[in-house]
Amino acid sequence: MNYEPVIGIEIHVQLRTRTKMFCGCSLSFGDQPNTHTCPICLGHPGTLPVTNAEAVHFALMIAMAFDCEIAPRSIFHRKNYFYPDLPKGYQISQYDIPLATAGHLGDVRIHRVHMEEDAAKLIHEGSSGRIHGAETSVVDFNRGGTPLVEIVTEPDLRSPSEAGEFGRLLQATLRRMGVSDVNMEEGSLRMDANVSIRPAGTETLGTKTELKNMNSFRFLERGIAAEIARQEQVLQGGGEVEQETLHYDPQSSTLTTLRSKEEAHDYRYFPEPDLVPVAPTDAMLERARAALPELPAARAERLERDLELPAETARLLAFRAELGDFFESAVQAANGEARTLANWTTNELAARIGDSDPAGTALEPGAFAELVVLVGEKKISASAGREVLDVLLAEGGSPSAVVEQKGLGRAESGELDEIVDRAIAENPDAVEKIRSGKPQAIGAIVGAVMRETKGRADGGEVQRMISEKIGA
Amino acid sequence: MSDELLSLTAAEQARRIESGEVSAAEAFDYWRGRAASDDLGAYLWVADEAPGDAGSFPPIAVKDLFCVKGVPSMAGSRILEGYRPPYTATSVENLQNAGIQVLGKTNQDEFAMGSSNENSGFGPVQNPWDRTRVPGGSSGGSAAAVAAGTAPWAIGTDTGGSIRQPASLCGIVGMKPTYGAVSRYGMIAFASSLDQCGPLTRDVTDAAILLSHLQGRDPCDSTSLGIEGGVALPTAERLDGLRFGIWGMEEPGLEPGVAEQVRATLAKIEELGGSVEPIELPNAGHGIAAYYVIAPAEASANLARYDGVRYGPRAAANGDLTALYEETRHDGFGEEVRRRIMIGTYALSSGYYEAYYGTAQKVRTRIAQDFAAAFEKVDFVVSPTSATVAFKLGERTQDPLAMYLSDYYTVPMPLAGIPAISIPCGLSEGLPVGFQIAGPAFSEARILDAAHALEKEIAFDGVPVR
Repeated sequence: MNYEPVIGIEIHVQLRTRTKMFCGCSLSFGDQPNTHTCPICLGHPGTLPVTNAEAVHFALMIAMAFDCEIAPRSIFHRKNYFYPDLPKGYQISQYDIPLATAGHLGDVRIHRVHMEEDAAKLIHEGSSGRIHGAETSVVDFNRGGTPLVEIVTEPDLRSPSEAGEFGRLLQATLRRMGVSDVNMEEGSLRMDANVSIRPAGTETLGTKTELKNMNSFRFLERGIAAEIARQEQVLQGGGEVEQETLHYDPQSSTLTTLRSKEEAHDYRYFPEPDLVPVAPTDAMLERARAALPELPAARAERLERDLELPAETARLLAFRAELGDFFESAVQAANGEARTLANWTTNELAARIGDSDPAGTALEPGAFAELVVLVGEKKISASAGREVLDVLLAEGGSPSAVVEQKGLGRAESGELDEIVDRAIAENPDAVEKIRSGKPQAIGAIVGAVMRETKGRADGGEVQRMISEKIGA
Repeated sequence: MSDELLSLTAAEQARRIESGEVSAAEAFDYWRGRAASDDLGAYLWVADEAPGDAGSFPPIAVKDLFCVKGVPSMAGSRILEGYRPPYTATSVENLQNAGIQVLGKTNQDEFAMGSSNENSGFGPVQNPWDRTRVPGGSSGGSAAAVAAGTAPWAIGTDTGGSIRQPASLCGIVGMKPTYGAVSRYGMIAFASSLDQCGPLTRDVTDAAILLSHLQGRDPCDSTSLGIEGGVALPTAERLDGLRFGIWGMEEPGLEPGVAEQVRATLAKIEELGGSVEPIELPNAGHGIAAYYVIAPAEASANLARYDGVRYGPRAAANGDLTALYEETRHDGFGEEVRRRIMIGTYALSSGYYEAYYGTAQKVRTRIAQDFAAAFEKVDFVVSPTSATVAFKLGERTQDPLAMYLSDYYTVPMPLAGIPAISIPCGLSEGLPVGFQIAGPAFSEARILDAAHALEKEIAFDGVPVR
């Protein structure tokens, strides 16, 4: 039987606010353990939470980016369970009235967006690295209380790669908004997947399992693929999928049970009496709306439409916002030339700077645009252009100055004429071969010319001149 | 010189300090000596010496559950034995800023759960009027200290009656302000939607002074609002034109001696120009049932943090996490606290939430509506504060339900979030009787004025037979 996977994603996003969700401690990653704590985030007796207004602002921006309906009054609940990473014995989270519902990102519907606080970090010392079998466990409360936004999609995804694509779009979108570091390895972006399968062509949902701990998009895709395969095997063997929470181990590609349905917690949610409802005012909504930049999906569409870029190039520039920003500044400086500029940006420039921000190099967008124009007008050759780019990235300055300084200007035709003549004279064998019907032998003569001009000549033009001169 | 202070209200002592007749440091020292001489079990900690600036008022006794930086603050519980907070509660800080220094920490029912102070992890408190009887609870230490003259005044907290009921049983004034009038930051929580800090004093003027300094919006407590316009000192001597609705005189548990004193007080209201009429609060009778779902539910979460991981005593438990939790909490919590955690956990459990917590919240709304309807007809709702005078130590400890009913008259007000005061109105069998006056939210100034006028007329002699 053919099965269709049905996948939904739950995303936890650590917000990049200055302070924690309910106290004044600064956020940190990688600092000395337990240096960003206070009586409130340590759950000392008598302390009370106060909602971080900036976290609400960021959460509203996220809700708006997904075109969600924003609740006029959303409320916090207490989610009760005992664990050493949870100093109050409950997590403050939103439950039956979340901040926002019913949105979408691309074609994937967003079920809900809500706010909560992160737990502290447990470090288990022992061979297993897990709490079971650990010799000692220590708690670092620096992370405890970090503002989180949880985003839950509808089960609209149908394959591991769709899930990965969605994850990348989400990451690019949140990064563009500046609300989170969205770093999966550091845990500022965390994804869980709900996976079920059903006979292709049917509509009812199968029993789902929840996959935890996938800290890269590759692992997300692999984990989902492994779980789909496992469920297919279970059903084909006449069994039933059990509702459970699974841990995916990317090293061994195995899935292990974290919790079965019977072991599911009763969190005893009830409204948090220490906090008042979140009731966004018109001013708060307006501020969030005004803070929203153009988001990657819209940008890709615009670049494709207005600048006539190929879809893949437009997407690349939209998903890497800082590359896109640099590109658009260069386009403005160059008055057009968008396609060539886009190619140079996504190929030559991207290859040289890796993942870093071009704004952090010495290269000015205007200089970059000028360089691409020089190449486009054949004032310098492409290879000379690449050499100039290296210099500009390191030292800045104007491309024409670099061209002059390094003598990279295209060889004058008189000068080139002589060089071509000399190359023909020095390569009689090649001339003979061309005349006897082996046109590829021209390469030897072209090569000689290029060596002589140190790449300043245009390969096509040289070839044309040689053919003309030897009458082939 | 100093023993003269004993006969004065805090306001009168402040005037002596201001005029230079006695220095603040001398006053502090005198009261420190008085507190140290306590033999009722009212104190858990007494200051060693006056702080650098002894202030402009006599010092104050503070219920143990208020966090005071560096000072034992254990909420009457063994699970916080030795805990000294790294910060001070906003309410206490407000008093300190006004020149009212901390004299000592008073005994209480563990985590404010009780009506007799017998649930303290550090032993019971005796009632200064009769040492074989309870002082009431949970602010029993604060009430006993003020009544016995080992503190000039005190603060406590009221969740279901924990200020007003002990004030009534000890023959002093106790007031629970409107929910949100005083910051809860630094008050070790029992039931967050009900807890409220308030004064326990010898007279109404002292209560007004304390409340005026306690109240205020606090950025550390999202639910705090303060009292708009502050709290003026009461001056009224008449009750002309004011309407008083009397409630709960037909309750079967009401002691005849208590009823008699309350009726005598109603007559005094009329003598002062006020009118008295019976008023119905149709749902108030369900108050106890709703309260004993909501308060334990919130408490079950509020007390989850006491796990032995970050502060307080920790059981050995041989490295097993679950055992660490279970043994720490079993050893640290008393029987009543454990009972309420279990009730609250049950009430919030999946499948029972609507039936218990949901229903209790509906009752709460109905009770608030009852009061709103009553305040359409009258200015104040009045009643006995407690159905009985102080009962014997041990009398109700084996019968939790009888103990819970001690709060019958005081529970509806916190459920509705409204303020109420208890003032002593006479003696029954030689023991004090309290008279309760409740008003709409943020009507503290009017309640204090009415209580002030009535207090003059009653002229209660607040000194226990010693």
